[in-house]
Amino acid sequence: MKNRKKESKLKKKILKKQKSTREKKIYYLTYTTQKITLKHTYYYSVVPFFELKFSSPVVVKMRGATSSGGSGDGGMADSAPAKRNSRKPQYSRFTQQELPACKPILTPGWVIATFVGVGIIFIPIGLIALFASEHVVEIVDRYDKDCIPPNYSNASLQYIQSSKTNKTCTRTLTVPKQMKSPVFIYYELDNFYQNHRRYVKSRSDKQLRSKAGESDTDNCKPEAVTSTNAPIVPCGLVAWSLFNDTYGFSLKNKALDVSKKNIAWKSDQDYKFGSDVYPKNFQSGGLIGGAKLNSSIPLSEQVDLIVWMRTAALSTFRKLYGRIEVDLEANDIITVTIQNNYNTYSFGGKKKLVLSTTSWIGGKNDFLGRAYLTVGGLCLFLAVSFLLVYVIKPRPLGDPAYLSWNKNPTGQMSWNS
Amino acid sequence: MKRFVYINDDESPTQELYCDNRISNRKYTLLNFLPKNLWEQFSRFMNQYFLLIACLQLWSLITPVNPASTWGPLIFIFAVSATKEAWDDYNRYLSDKKANEKEVWVVRKGIKKHIQAQDIHVGNIVWLRENDEVPCDLVLIGTSDPQGLCYVETAALDGETDLKTRVIPSACMGIDSELLHKIKGVVECPNPDKDIRRFDANLRLFPPFIDNDVCPLTIKNTILQSCYLRNTEWVCGVAVYTGNETKLGMSRGVPEPKLTAMDAMIDKLTGAIFVFQIVVVIVLGIAGNVWKDTEARKKWYVLYPNEGPWYELLVIPLRFELLCSIMIPISIKVSLDLVKSLYAKFIDWDAEMIDYETGCPSHATNTAISEDLGQVEYILTDKTGTLTENKMVFRRCCISGIFYGNESGNALKDAQLLNAVASGSTDVIRFLTVMAICNTVIPVQSKTGAILYKAQSQDEDALVQAAAKLHMVLFNRSGNILDTMLLYFIMKCWRLWSSLLTGKGCQLWSEIARMERLSFCQKERMKLFFLMLLQLLEYLLMDQPIPGQQTRTFSEAVEQYAQLGLRTLCLAWRELKEDEYHEWYLMFREASSTLVDREWRIAEVCQRLEHDLEVLGVTAIEDRLQDGVPETIETLRKAGINFWMLTGDKQNTAIQIALSCNFISPEPKGQLLLIDGKTEDEVSRSFERVLLTMRITTSEPKDVAFVVDGWALEILLKHYRKAFTELAILSRTAICCRVTPSQKAQLVELLKSCDYRTLAIGDGGNDVRMIQQAAIGVGISGREGLQAARAADYSIGKFRFLKRLILVHGRYSYNRTAFLSQYSFYKSLLICFIQIFFSFISGVSGTSLFNSVSLMAYNVFYTSIPVLVSVLDKDLSEEMVMQHPQILFYCQAGRLLNPSTFAGWFGRSLFHAIVVFIISINAYAYEKSEMEEVAMMALSGCIWLQAFVVTLETNSFTILQHLAIWGNLIAFYVINWIVSSIPSSGMYTIMFRLCRQPTYWITVFLIVAAGMGPILALKYFRYTYRPSKINTLQQAERLGGPILSLGNIEPQPRSLEKEVSPLSITQPKNRSLVYEPLLSDSPNTRRSLGSGTPFDFFQSQSRSSSSSYSRNCKDN
Repeated sequence: MKNRKKESKLKKKILKKQKSTREKKIYYLTYTTQKITLKHTYYYSVVPFFELKFSSPVVVKMRGATSSGGSGDGGMADSAPAKRNSRKPQYSRFTQQELPACKPILTPGWVIATFVGVGIIFIPIGLIALFASEHVVEIVDRYDKDCIPPNYSNASLQYIQSSKTNKTCTRTLTVPKQMKSPVFIYYELDNFYQNHRRYVKSRSDKQLRSKAGESDTDNCKPEAVTSTNAPIVPCGLVAWSLFNDTYGFSLKNKALDVSKKNIAWKSDQDYKFGSDVYPKNFQSGGLIGGAKLNSSIPLSEQVDLIVWMRTAALSTFRKLYGRIEVDLEANDIITVTIQNNYNTYSFGGKKKLVLSTTSWIGGKNDFLGRAYLTVGGLCLFLAVSFLLVYVIKPRPLGDPAYLSWNKNPTGQMSWNS
Repeated sequence: MKRFVYINDDESPTQELYCDNRISNRKYTLLNFLPKNLWEQFSRFMNQYFLLIACLQLWSLITPVNPASTWGPLIFIFAVSATKEAWDDYNRYLSDKKANEKEVWVVRKGIKKHIQAQDIHVGNIVWLRENDEVPCDLVLIGTSDPQGLCYVETAALDGETDLKTRVIPSACMGIDSELLHKIKGVVECPNPDKDIRRFDANLRLFPPFIDNDVCPLTIKNTILQSCYLRNTEWVCGVAVYTGNETKLGMSRGVPEPKLTAMDAMIDKLTGAIFVFQIVVVIVLGIAGNVWKDTEARKKWYVLYPNEGPWYELLVIPLRFELLCSIMIPISIKVSLDLVKSLYAKFIDWDAEMIDYETGCPSHATNTAISEDLGQVEYILTDKTGTLTENKMVFRRCCISGIFYGNESGNALKDAQLLNAVASGSTDVIRFLTVMAICNTVIPVQSKTGAILYKAQSQDEDALVQAAAKLHMVLFNRSGNILDTMLLYFIMKCWRLWSSLLTGKGCQLWSEIARMERLSFCQKERMKLFFLMLLQLLEYLLMDQPIPGQQTRTFSEAVEQYAQLGLRTLCLAWRELKEDEYHEWYLMFREASSTLVDREWRIAEVCQRLEHDLEVLGVTAIEDRLQDGVPETIETLRKAGINFWMLTGDKQNTAIQIALSCNFISPEPKGQLLLIDGKTEDEVSRSFERVLLTMRITTSEPKDVAFVVDGWALEILLKHYRKAFTELAILSRTAICCRVTPSQKAQLVELLKSCDYRTLAIGDGGNDVRMIQQAAIGVGISGREGLQAARAADYSIGKFRFLKRLILVHGRYSYNRTAFLSQYSFYKSLLICFIQIFFSFISGVSGTSLFNSVSLMAYNVFYTSIPVLVSVLDKDLSEEMVMQHPQILFYCQAGRLLNPSTFAGWFGRSLFHAIVVFIISINAYAYEKSEMEEVAMMALSGCIWLQAFVVTLETNSFTILQHLAIWGNLIAFYVINWIVSSIPSSGMYTIMFRLCRQPTYWITVFLIVAAGMGPILALKYFRYTYRPSKINTLQQAERLGGPILSLGNIEPQPRSLEKEVSPLSITQPKNRSLVYEPLLSDSPNTRRSLGSGTPFDFFQSQSRSSSSSYSRNCKDN
């Protein structure tokens, strides 16, 4: 800091000096123009018919004009003097590239301090994040395989595609720890590419938003219109493949209420899905994709659809199914009645039911905590190793001995390259 | 090819043959602007590429993003450059219109009429008055002056501000001004060309103005478009070339754009990225098709049809092509253009490069090549006016064996000489007469009676003024008649008969009685002078030895003056017999009316008169070295720049100047190798010797320079080009004396062909070709007019500014562009890599992670602004660079932008993409993996990393940099909040949601730490333990300590060695005062001697049939 202050003081001094020298220079300029003029004006005094006088200022001006015409960039000679004045650069710190600047360099002190600082900040944050993640209670139950009756175990596809088979499946879950309400219910799909280009593009936001956009189904192919060319609402592959497994929960033979309130984004309900848009011609074609929709409920109330339509960026994702608004105690046994309708068997995707509490960092996810600990640790390690290197093998900064041209004769460098 | 112009013939069919006088500098018309401009813009590869991408995006099946994300920036960029073009063109249109609608007096159907300039036709007679601008190229037929003279100012044409005399052809002499508008005739002239020094035509008048003969016309009989008529009441002339076919119009034209080495490198890297992109596209395309056939068909929810259209295989690769198209940053061209024009502005603004004597600031005409300044390897410099001031002062003379001015150093104050003048010594009087009249100086009497001399060359000016001070006053010149006055009362009148066009400055004069001055009587006493300037003495000694003269004294004088570095001239004369003159005149007349090779034939005829000359004396003129020249050259040589001096001057003088301005080191450190010889054999032998020595000495730390003269150079370039190239590469310094302008250009070409970046600097018209040829041309806006400065890319006031131009502006420009261009690629690659990684987890289907708006804004806005302020970045302070010019080596060798540094940036972007991608998808997994949120997460990660990368790579932070870097970061959030608050946008509420989540901020900081940590560690390690010289100097500068001592480590024993050097001059009192002898280093001198034709013209036509003649050429 001290150095910087000194520097700025010095700079000011220099600037002052510069100003004064500039003034001098300008004075010199006028002086020389006159001198030149006098030189070029040969004054011949003795001849009687020439008047004796010194060169008039008019002459001076004219010479000035012509010599400045020399600096014009192709302009006419008579416009030259004006041009010259305007072309005289204005002095400012910006134009002279002399804006006050701070020029930090990577001194060992700064770098080591930065790494230590990052390490010290990151490790506690990592620990907190990890702790928060550990605090989340999560029950994950994969049911896609187990919900297939043994006689269909080799023909799961047939089982799921047949409309005659009984798709009901009962699972029991044990709560490992107390789960404070709200307990979120998710279904997790795996190997399901909601981000596939063909899939993700196949929707019509206009149609979802308002009734007026009903026929806007261009992007929805191949699920755009019925065979009679009537628009499907909601159209597109995303809506068509709506997840249709359902879960019923009971605790100690008492049914647990699953709240579907607020599981979709409010903004979606308000703006993206119209309250005047009702499902039409949905799932009426030959190929049935996923769930059917109650055509008397407007889209803005079809929360499962709204959740589903928020496409996931990864091929493994969880979507909110509902919430249980009561606390679950440790060792509670929950019975889940699953309607196993959704076909993930054809592409080998897994289906999981997830019950989870939440914390400030969201669901159970150790990644952030671990990453913070790793990065923090690495920073500390780097700091220590830099410190060691600095202590063991100090190297003065800016040592002129490293300037090789002080050893070699000039110009040799360019041939070496 | 000839054109016949029928004077004043309204019915002539030729009128339709040639265009009217409508001047049009416009590139476009209203109708063709759009197509033509678009066509021009699309002729660039980059633009074609972007257009192709944009068109492909219109196909909705394959486009991953909204086409607007490419069309928007593309249209913006096109609109910017089209607007610029349109604006320029509109201004051109306005100035054209002004010129076209100017009213002029023209003869129509025998009557003088006031019409607009654009309606002038070829063959019309045009009347002009004093101070009028000439509307088209005219052949003079009448003036107000009784001797048929007029004066024009040609500043707009060639940049020279002095007045030039023009004369009406002999056939029109004496025609009454009342009859002029009735004149009829035919002018036979060549088709339009752009040579403003040449006009070989004939004029034949029809009855009643019949002249018995064809009258030859030269450039002297014309006044060209854009000149101004001065000091003449009126003139009238015949339009021969009109509109865009005038000499000015033909020589106009867009100079070929120069491409900097850096641009070439960027293009190369762009090409490499393009290839990389194609490879990525092919690989991903194949992978995508495979995945589609194996996996996607199983996914019932994708509903892939079993049968696709024929182009189905192409769809996925094309999608990836579009996805990867952002690899080549669309903004780089605009950014580069922008910063380049700012570099140029910095040069224009630089207060330290203003020449305070003339008030003339430096100027960058070419705004696109500033980076090349930092990469200069060879500087080829002119001598007179470039290294020296070109301010001539008459110092000494030697008349008939007596030296004047040797004691006082100023012959004008030498009492002996003044006495000799007063006593009327014949030799001295003759000497002074020659000095006073043999020139083209125009004395202008001001109203106050003062005589102002308007001279085309500084040498002439010096001589005439000196003569005047020695009481031989030239006080009036009207055309060919001169009045001089000796000792206030002896008035004499002289008539110029002819200027001999051999380039030696001979003129044919006779003394006439004062009353005869108006009559055109040829029956005068033929007492003709031969007056010569230039190195006449050597001719006398070598070619035409004259018996019984004290040639030895004169050659000694020349030698002595040259040693002092003075410019020398020999004056000589000869009396001519009348019949000899007439005999010669017939031949001359015949030669001068030929249309083919006229100049050459005239020169041959003129040659015949030049013999038996009697030497009158030698003059010596001083030309001081400019301030700071030795220091500048020393600094730049330390910076590893090689200097070549190309001069038309004598070998001795050149060597003296070279020594005094640190060009070469004196013995024993330096060594001069001479290549000379009169015949080809001698030259080649001497050359081989030099080459051999050079090869041996390259390993030694010795300054070896070779000296070659124009004659030898011509042979070498013709027969030993390859070996000479080798020599040129081996030697750091060369002195080429007595070279012609075309040879200068050839040398530049030679160095360019070895892939060296050359900078040519000069001040006169003879340097123009060299300046245009070189990668960078620098013109000194000096006393010899503006020709060089106008042709150059940069014009500076003084040679010493070159140091600042190269070391400060060139170096900074290079560094800044190096960072900017690589950074542009880095940020584009970064986002592209993320897209590619995302495609791996989205079934290789070509889904874009980011939405269109973000992509567009990322490329055009978020990442372009912070980096633009890198134009203010300074890695080292200016003083530091000046102290250690060697640091320029990093720029010269292209150490900051080359494939390996680029690979570093490539790796960095790959690393950062991995960091951003892995962290984003892991932190936002499972229930959080919503597409828009993940996308914004990744984008925020990129933006934050950008900010820190720019911060890390910036060396000096001014307030603007802070504003741009952190302001940009804030702007990113503000913009996204705004977009997030629009319900119809796909991003509605996303950014608000994210900013409320602690996870988001934690993730951002994780990305920054994980992305920047290794980079910082690596940079720190390199900076401290493997520092480059730039780093070392940075550390030294910031930490204060050893800088000052550092500067003194460099030994500077040069000044000491100078004293003992055998080459050094014994007499000079101080170093900055250096004299040089005169030789026509500039065409001005030559032209002023009456010729008006540069002689290298012949050389370029390789016409050297007469050996003595070709020697003449060479010496020019």
